[in-house]
Amino acid sequence: MNDPAAIAVMVFLAALLQATIVASVDFFGGAADLLLLVLIGLALLRGSVTGAVAGFFAGLLLDVLTLDTLGVTALILALAGYWTGRYGETTGRDRAHAPLLAVVVVTVLVAVFGYGLHFLIGEEVSARRALFETLLPGLGLNLLLAAPVFALCNKLLRPLEISDRTAEVRLLG
Amino acid sequence: MLGVLVVLALALITISFRESEEGPLHDAQGAAANALQPLTVAMDRVAQPFRDAYGWTADLFHARAEVERLRAQKEQLQQQVIQTESALQSLVEVKELLAYVDGPTFPEDYTYVATSVTARPPNAFEQAIVLPVGSDDGVERDAPVVTGDGLVGRVTDVFADSSRVTLLTDESSAVSARVLRTKADGIVEHGQTGDSLIMSRVAKEDVVNVGDEVVTSGWRSGALASLYPKNILVGRVTSVGNNQTDLYQQVQIASDVDFSSLDSVVVLVPRDKTRGRVR
Repeated sequence: MNDPAAIAVMVFLAALLQATIVASVDFFGGAADLLLLVLIGLALLRGSVTGAVAGFFAGLLLDVLTLDTLGVTALILALAGYWTGRYGETTGRDRAHAPLLAVVVVTVLVAVFGYGLHFLIGEEVSARRALFETLLPGLGLNLLLAAPVFALCNKLLRPLEISDRTAEVRLLG
Repeated sequence: MLGVLVVLALALITISFRESEEGPLHDAQGAAANALQPLTVAMDRVAQPFRDAYGWTADLFHARAEVERLRAQKEQLQQQVIQTESALQSLVEVKELLAYVDGPTFPEDYTYVATSVTARPPNAFEQAIVLPVGSDDGVERDAPVVTGDGLVGRVTDVFADSSRVTLLTDESSAVSARVLRTKADGIVEHGQTGDSLIMSRVAKEDVVNVGDEVVTSGWRSGALASLYPKNILVGRVTSVGNNQTDLYQQVQIASDVDFSSLDSVVVLVPRDKTRGRVR
């Protein structure tokens, strides 16, 4: 399977699993975010553009599956995928702790940005529930699942050639 | 590239908000959801045995305490049944004598659509579930949704073969309710934590005790009426706060419904639409 097809299948299955099964497995008030973990894995391996595009379509698929307002999750996950990709291309490159740090930062940012976005579009949301009660258990579960999910992403996507990797600094001339 | 995606997402959000429920984007979302529905239903069926196994194991830890509680409850209910049957007989006779016309009540005036839960939003911002039944099955917007344990919420979005239910624990939900024993009226809303509920606007002179059952009030005033029919169990009173400085009592309620692991629900559909649905 070529790269875009593998990414599409991974994102599709992750979104389907997230909406139907993972989101309803409650653990101390929170649930894992499998789709976000797959997205972080993809973005770290394939960079910011792939991360943003995969995040956008993953979010759109989730909005359709959950009959949510179209575009809300797509916007959140596109930004999450882009940030993770940039982090992988620059600061986090070749650092062992980068994936786990990305999981922590992105999980928290997605919760905060999601809360802000839902608030802006006029939905009544509980900050206590979104930012405290569910965030900590969700973060813990995400950290627990991160290693196997990233290992799976590594296995399913072929390693990039050196020439394919985005240069940290591009020299002109 | 990111700029294009952000603009596209913002455009989708804007159009979703501005267009009506019959708009093209809404139709496209409904069609896509319908196309994906066999997959979500299949996934749900595959996961069901694992969910059952998890539930069975979790229930084992509470089994002994639950048996004791149910034995005590059974004895109490047996006494109540005798009293209720006698009161019901009197009520029927009085209604016949007065030619009393009542509003729709649950479950007599409703038929139902029983269904499984196929998806739920994976975030803490919305308390909602997705059902694989829609307008083709008779489901309507604002239809009440229940389980054997009580009220779950109401249908807020309907497509041809799917619908979205906003749960009672969502920030936007509110239900007119009354304490069954003392007829104290109030509004049940989401509580401070998790799946907790509070009953607000309960007058200070009303009597409310811990353990009292709270049911939907199903009020009607001319053309205006509650969204929910009368007498659906909402929960039981767990604490009553009566602060001297507050205008109303603060009543905490615990629902018997486990909102975090809903597997199947029942959507209520009025039998006789011409009679004027209780809304």
